[in-house]
Amino acid sequence: MPAFPKKLLWVLLALAFLVPLLHPLFPDVVSDYRLFLVSTMIIAAIAVLGLNLLTGFNGQISLGHGAFYAVGAYTAAVLMDHLNMPYWATLPCAAVVCFIVGYLFGLPALRLEGHYLALATFALALAVPQILKYKWLEGLTGGVQGIVLSKPEVPFGLPLSEDQWLYYYCLIVMVVLYWAAANMLDSRSGRAMMAIRDQYMAADTMGIDTALYKTVTFGISAAYTGIAGALSASAIAFVAPDSFNIFLSIKFLIGLVVGGVGSLAGSVVGGIFYVLVDNSAQALSMFVKNDLGLQFDLSAYTVFGILLIVLMYLMPMGIVGGVYLAVRRLRALRG
Amino acid sequence: MGTSRRGFVGGASALALLSGSTAAFAQKKYSDGATDTEIKVGHTGPYSGPASSYGAIGKCIEAYWKSVNAAGGINGRKVNFITLDDGYNPAKIVELVRQLVEQDKVLCTFNTLGTPTNTAIHKYMNQKKVPMLYVATGASKWGKPKEFPWTMGYQPDYHTEGAIYAKHILANVKDPKIAVLMQNDDYGKDYFGGFKEGLGKDADKIVKNVTFEVTDPTVDSQIIQLKDSGANVFFNISTPKAAAQAIRKAADLNWKPAQYLNNVSASVGSVMKPAGLDNSQGIITAQYLKDPTDKQWENTDDFKAWVAWMDKWMPGANKADANYIYGFSVATLMHETLKKCGNELTRENVMKQAANFQKFKLPLLLPGITINTSPTDYYPIQSVQLARFKGESWDLFGDVMSAEGS
Repeated sequence: MPAFPKKLLWVLLALAFLVPLLHPLFPDVVSDYRLFLVSTMIIAAIAVLGLNLLTGFNGQISLGHGAFYAVGAYTAAVLMDHLNMPYWATLPCAAVVCFIVGYLFGLPALRLEGHYLALATFALALAVPQILKYKWLEGLTGGVQGIVLSKPEVPFGLPLSEDQWLYYYCLIVMVVLYWAAANMLDSRSGRAMMAIRDQYMAADTMGIDTALYKTVTFGISAAYTGIAGALSASAIAFVAPDSFNIFLSIKFLIGLVVGGVGSLAGSVVGGIFYVLVDNSAQALSMFVKNDLGLQFDLSAYTVFGILLIVLMYLMPMGIVGGVYLAVRRLRALRG
Repeated sequence: MGTSRRGFVGGASALALLSGSTAAFAQKKYSDGATDTEIKVGHTGPYSGPASSYGAIGKCIEAYWKSVNAAGGINGRKVNFITLDDGYNPAKIVELVRQLVEQDKVLCTFNTLGTPTNTAIHKYMNQKKVPMLYVATGASKWGKPKEFPWTMGYQPDYHTEGAIYAKHILANVKDPKIAVLMQNDDYGKDYFGGFKEGLGKDADKIVKNVTFEVTDPTVDSQIIQLKDSGANVFFNISTPKAAAQAIRKAADLNWKPAQYLNNVSASVGSVMKPAGLDNSQGIITAQYLKDPTDKQWENTDDFKAWVAWMDKWMPGANKADANYIYGFSVATLMHETLKKCGNELTRENVMKQAANFQKFKLPLLLPGITINTSPTDYYPIQSVQLARFKGESWDLFGDVMSAEGS
């Protein structure tokens, strides 16, 4: 997939930074709640970005990235709760912890290919919430009761609300991570990662240390998702095992496929998509029932499912892939 | 330019009109979420996910408001009940409740369900000063008006109930040696904490305490351990599936202690019958609501009214499901609270009225149990009555016991 046009990227970025400043003009449109929602989208986008590095660019399937998200969230929460660490300092710690966990998990994963790896990661996602409740860890994790945290405070006396600051905080983290990922993929290592995805044997024959690249990619991918988890702990100001059920991992995968496998911009679109659709599916099903007066009792998940099927038919390469295709066809028509 | 007479009269009448309207304004006071025609009430519940069997409560409450609106609403205002699916996920409920408070601008939230979920929004609701009424969890932390003046529970808290069993054991069992089976989570710990407090200096009478995870397939090995401890009292702190297994296993092992079962699992249909009615004879529990599968209530007025209501507003729903009893009763309490607010539908007044119930008789509560709250007492139901399982139903005995008394 071609890279995202740079000019457009800068414009979008500038817009993203300007939006909260419009609050005094349109207090209802740019409300704190909406900014909070966008922050959760950004967090989801970072998590999907992590998964994309692994699945989209290295060809390893994971059904268990919710586990790394949980580890990141708990690392941040435990550090804030027990060591009174400031919220921003927990991000690198969560990244390191998740990198190590991801790397270690990547070692046995070397022997597992394709579907088997998917199952192993699935098991990981199932196990983590149970491990968090485990008796011996309870002093640290708070067991089922979880850990209540405080929201990030606005630094340097900036004239921002808590939610505005959270938005900027998440946005800055995402921009840095996106930039790092784009640079990494553009380097020798990035090409090696993709070579392993496209032609494993050829890559091996050409002298690429496939084992090392696969495990390190697993680690980096886990670190990205872990950072997203740490951000979510700050945003929600509460962690509990129930927040990290198996559906979380599936959601990341949905975001990945819908946004565009193997596209950085697609990860961001995918993250935005699943938060948006997850929220509007319920509103839509209520709208059908109450306002249109139809007697179907469509559950929110039915709506979600229908949307997904339609989208996959219309844009089998994800939203970003679909847009590219549409643009190319339009140009061909004109030319 | 002189003031014309007409101008003066006009000005004076406008002034009179204005003052008239301010007088009318003083009678009617609104916060966000209330108008002359509508009261917005927010709710979240687990319609999907691991706890989705509790989704029945939300559906029952929704049907309740429909029936209220069909009968003309509350003081002429329709209740706009917005209920959302949180999937029992603490991260999700934060998002949803912010939507309810900041976008939908509800007057209050009501009966949000689950201990982890409510913990996630506890601080937020109190910072925003939005009433968070009658939450659907029995943890003891919801009744702290000093720290959290905007949050109130509903059912008797687990802590109190545990203490009541302890008192009963000390008074009735000679030389008790107590074995405890406990679900390893906050709910189990709350019960156990209350139980130990009730035992006081006799806490050493607990000879064995074993835990299980809610995800464990059986509790067989735990029951064997408890039996081997030589205990003659068995306190069963578990949710329905495990509770039924525990009762059955104890009978299979021919272990016959005095059994105490927490109210959470005191259902004839989902616990006593699967465990075997023979095995369940003599088990003691504490109750506050009428069990829908218990035949002794069939001819009481409030129960008959509930059955008629269910037939009309929730046709096809399983009437043996105690969640519908729970939902109906708690919605009635909310209805009464909003009615008492009259035309002063402010958030302050909602809390004031919620904290001002004296001996209010709520349908479907056991006879003799009433709602009592005050600005320092945020536990609406604090009384329970002990019951012994006999034949096919619960046989209530003794007096209604309350936490204040014990």
